[in-house]
Amino acid sequence: MTRTSNTLLLLLAVLIVAAPMLLKLPGEYGGADGAAKDAIAETGYEPWFEPLWEPPSGEIESLFFALQAALGAGVLGFVLGYRRGQRHK
Amino acid sequence: MHIMEGFLPVAHAVGWTVASAPFVVVGARRLKTVLAEHPEARLSLGAAGAFAFVLSALKLPSVTGSCSHPTGTGLGAITMGPAVMSVLGTIVLLFQALLLAHGGLTTLGANVFSMAIAGPWIAWGVWKLAGKMGAPAALAVFLGAFLGDLGTYVVTSVQLALAFPDATSGILGAFLKFGGIFAITQLPLAVAEGLLTVVVVNLLASRQAGTESKA
Repeated sequence: MTRTSNTLLLLLAVLIVAAPMLLKLPGEYGGADGAAKDAIAETGYEPWFEPLWEPPSGEIESLFFALQAALGAGVLGFVLGYRRGQRHK
Repeated sequence: MHIMEGFLPVAHAVGWTVASAPFVVVGARRLKTVLAEHPEARLSLGAAGAFAFVLSALKLPSVTGSCSHPTGTGLGAITMGPAVMSVLGTIVLLFQALLLAHGGLTTLGANVFSMAIAGPWIAWGVWKLAGKMGAPAALAVFLGAFLGDLGTYVVTSVQLALAFPDATSGILGAFLKFGGIFAITQLPLAVAEGLLTVVVVNLLASRQAGTESKA
């Protein structure tokens, strides 16, 4: 597999994810996990346990999601860079 | 695929926890053996865990006008084996349950079963099978990661259908309802995860890529 095919695959993945916005497809763009939760609530079910801790705002929540992605991306970048360095020794 | 905190009846929460525990324990033992025998596997392990961390944090828009996230567990299932991926997936789910109130402790067993057990085993099985049937390596990786991602959401739909059967149409009707929320939304995202997994496997595996000139 060459660099070209990797680039093409990445572009295709980005295009698939961006398509709903590029095509301006209608929708609320809420989360499917939340929609499932709502569908359960509609049956009259009452949750019997609350999260021990909840992010106090959307900002704090996005902070932790960004942190999660940043940690992952950092480690992944380290491993890929390390491998590349090994190859070019 | 995250079933939210408290959103499974007690019996189901306990049942899925009991079902998941042995997989995670066996995975932890396997992980210990792998690291003892191949210390250099730490790098692949880091990459597998990191990939699942990134991908499950990204809520992506889909054609249905709602958002969902990939799971990122196919990569680790293929490079480290599904047992080890169960441990990594559990860590991701625990992080999200404790810091993001996304998923939960009472639903951890069910969420581990769908994302950290079923998904990786499906990904690994499909990848192996496709390889045996003579599929090109990249196609086998794609199919594994794609179906592992989708499979996770199918399992979540089954779990919810078992817990909340429809009053008139029963478990099957409930499965179609929950599947309808997840399946079509997940389809393009699973394709994207499959493509991305192929790229990362290429980058990780092509040890000699620098000296190769052929396509």
